[in-house]
Amino acid sequence: MSYLPKPKLHHPKLPTNAIGLTRRDYEGAISTLCAGCGHDSISAAIIQACFNLSLPPHRVAKLSGIGCSSKTPTYFLGAAHGFNSVHGRMPSVLTGAYLANRDLIYLGVSGDGDSASIGFGQFAHSIRRGVNMTYIVENNGVYGLTKGQFSATSDKGSVAKKGNVNTDQPIDLAAIAVQLGATFVARSFSGDKEQLVPLIEAALLHEGSAFIDVLSPCVAFNNHPGSTKSYDYVREHNDALNRLDVMLPRQEITASYAPGALTEVVQHDGSILRLRKLHDGHDPTDRTSAMHYLMERKAAGEIVTGLIYVEPEATPLHQNLGTVPVALNSLGDADLCPGADALERINASLR
Amino acid sequence: MKPTDISSPDYFHKVVDCQWACPAHTPVPEYIRLIAAGRYSDAYMVNWHSNVFPGILGRTCDRPCEPACRRGRVEEEPVAICRLKRVAADNKGEVLSRMPEIPSERNGKRIACVGAGPASMTVARDLAPLGYEIHVFDGAAKPGGFIRQQIPRFRLPEEVIDEECGFALDRGGVVSHMNRRVDSLKALLAEGYDAVFVGSGAPRGRELDVPGRKEAAANIHLGIDWLASVSFGHVTSIGKRVIVLGGGNTAMDCCRSARRLGGEEVKVVVRSGFDEMKASPWEKEDAMHEGIPILNFLVPKEVLHDNGRLTGMVFEKVAAQYDEKGRRSLLPTGEPDVTIECDDVLVAIGQENAFPWIERDAGIEFDRWGLPKLDADTLQSTDPRVFFGGDAAFGPKNIIWAVAHGHQAAVSIDLLCKGEDVKARPAPDVRIASQKMGIHEWAYDNAVSLDLRYKVPQLPAEKALRDITAEVELGYDREMAYLETQRCLNCDVQTVFTAKACIECDACVDICPTDCITFTENGEEDELRTRLKAPAVNTYQDLYVQDGLKTGRVMVKDEDVCLHCGMCAERCPTGAWDMQKFLLETAKPKAHACHSR
Repeated sequence: MSYLPKPKLHHPKLPTNAIGLTRRDYEGAISTLCAGCGHDSISAAIIQACFNLSLPPHRVAKLSGIGCSSKTPTYFLGAAHGFNSVHGRMPSVLTGAYLANRDLIYLGVSGDGDSASIGFGQFAHSIRRGVNMTYIVENNGVYGLTKGQFSATSDKGSVAKKGNVNTDQPIDLAAIAVQLGATFVARSFSGDKEQLVPLIEAALLHEGSAFIDVLSPCVAFNNHPGSTKSYDYVREHNDALNRLDVMLPRQEITASYAPGALTEVVQHDGSILRLRKLHDGHDPTDRTSAMHYLMERKAAGEIVTGLIYVEPEATPLHQNLGTVPVALNSLGDADLCPGADALERINASLR
Repeated sequence: MKPTDISSPDYFHKVVDCQWACPAHTPVPEYIRLIAAGRYSDAYMVNWHSNVFPGILGRTCDRPCEPACRRGRVEEEPVAICRLKRVAADNKGEVLSRMPEIPSERNGKRIACVGAGPASMTVARDLAPLGYEIHVFDGAAKPGGFIRQQIPRFRLPEEVIDEECGFALDRGGVVSHMNRRVDSLKALLAEGYDAVFVGSGAPRGRELDVPGRKEAAANIHLGIDWLASVSFGHVTSIGKRVIVLGGGNTAMDCCRSARRLGGEEVKVVVRSGFDEMKASPWEKEDAMHEGIPILNFLVPKEVLHDNGRLTGMVFEKVAAQYDEKGRRSLLPTGEPDVTIECDDVLVAIGQENAFPWIERDAGIEFDRWGLPKLDADTLQSTDPRVFFGGDAAFGPKNIIWAVAHGHQAAVSIDLLCKGEDVKARPAPDVRIASQKMGIHEWAYDNAVSLDLRYKVPQLPAEKALRDITAEVELGYDREMAYLETQRCLNCDVQTVFTAKACIECDACVDICPTDCITFTENGEEDELRTRLKAPAVNTYQDLYVQDGLKTGRVMVKDEDVCLHCGMCAERCPTGAWDMQKFLLETAKPKAHACHSR
């Protein structure tokens, strides 16, 4: 953490976007996370993506739960709406906000503890319902705030800082999101902004439940040999060519790297982990194929990053429910409280 | 690109833009921090070691440091470096006891300095503590040269000159021969000096050559001579309408002096455009602030007179034309000539070197511009015992260049007297030390102030114009000075990168407020500059490149607009970035020299 705020002075040639803002205008307060935390890189990627899309910061609502990851909305988009909710309850608060005001852009930020443990059910139902949001999990595989116990996404066989070996099966949030009907599912790495930024842009533009699982090394408790979520580990398996081209809304997303590129490294503990890009045989718009692909690669011990699945013509929750087409706060008293006669008619229709 | 060699003193020195730009290489951020800490005497001494005349330069320096200041590239204006120097001088306590002792035992070597201006005084100050016996000759009654004679008292009070000349000349080891103009180099050399330093300035004002000049001579004055006469009190008044010819700092001093001696309508007339004038922007500003218009693109054509009594001047209107090589010429526009009535004309169109006292067969060769042939590093002339410095060396420059020459020549003279090769220049004294004190605690104040440059308080114009000795600039008070010091970016606290410690987490890239840092594939410099996080378009500023990263990429830092805020080092989890203070002092003659006779 740093005591001083980041100096306001910026590069004299800092570009502005379509609404006249610089990237610096999308920043928040200075991070109080540990130096080198992957989460800070994800914040920087969110800032870059929002700048690139020229989003008006005040039209964004950022919501989070509890944990290191859930602190991060303070560190980006200082001019956006924010709600730091109860542990694991971000999805339901976000769903409520979305139902009340469908005009805002919803960004949920959570961690592996917040979404895969205490809030696992909330995560599932918000995805299942098709809430129009971008749901980012900053996934470091440990409980950082309580000094590094294995989290539910920690790989079996991964070694803790003090030497314990994880014996539980990991939850693959991306695979579950695909299964639950998320209409946009991706995975990325905090140390690869060239891949991550376009994915966040695409997710923000996606109308429906967009889920991104971002591997984000915990420098304090999970960045040692034997960990399967360390910078070195991920990087050794990542040839740094895994970038995506800029993506436009509702366009099929294509990757610019050679299909099927694969790196394989044997770890200290003998485990083999591979980081690969989407296979050229993989169709990101085919849910069955995406599921099959994830299962297959997982069985082979690889990490799949990039866009896993997208449903280009998603129907979000408001459309499914047939709600009013405007935000509730724009309705007048007569619409919001139509009176006793209207209530009587509704009651009668239910008898 | 090849990895940057940070062990070469030049690399980090160049990052300290102000120090690099200063001819005497004064460690500016170092003394600004001392001023911020209220350690004025310490700040004064840092200056004194480098530039010898902090109080004088704090009021009169041409400040090459300020246009170079990094602050000017990330914000609107540079730090007021020059006026902070004055703060150190104004607020210092007793400093005499901190100056190097002059040994009572002499080393037996005698040095003559011709002229008692800034260059000669620097030579004397540098060499006296080493046991040299210095003889300084000047035709004037008091030392200072240009400083005392041509800079008006309303810019530089006499006490300041007396004090700082005293520090250089009156602490022992120096014999001042005032009122003694040297009129023969041969005779001087015959006196058996081990070395002679010529710091006699550029004492001749350039003449105006137009019809009527001779006839109206009684009211046409050469600027530098007139300023000297004003300074000595020989001239105390001038006509009501005055034309000042010339666009340099001397012209600015002339017009402002004229305003104080009875000139009511004082006009500056320059040949070139206003923007190309040689005068420093702040000096032009000060003149205009005193109600003096500056008329540009007017070339003197004729002096008008009524039987020898000056009545005015005629000027031809010109415009600047540029040829394909970008060379400028001033061509008449064909518009009617401009006539300006006046009672006096001050000619400040340049200065020339003059060495009437150096016999042509004295062994000193001159070039076709009348300047001595010198080695640019050693300042040695074609007579190995004779060195030149200040305006006498390469034509008119300014005080800080004269000081720099003085240091250079002192080193040469010391080497010569020790029988060593004067071309074997000693290396600068370089110290570099980590500023880390705690997890996010630094030995320097790394907060970046957002304040804009503070204006130096001035005497109100109506008061200032009434008295030619009333100093116009009042100087910063301590509080304002503190606020101004906080604008300094501490560019001497360097960002030092250790690739083998880096885990490439991007924390430094994300936090850097000015997008200086990029991790990318290596390439040729021109191409690499285009694909950094922010394109590095200022090619004068270096790229700091380090390889040896696990991914095979390189770390590239564009030094151009780095705020030296230390955020990269604070956010670095492994200490791959460190903030290290780089303190460079140019080589001076060493105290141990020549003691063994």
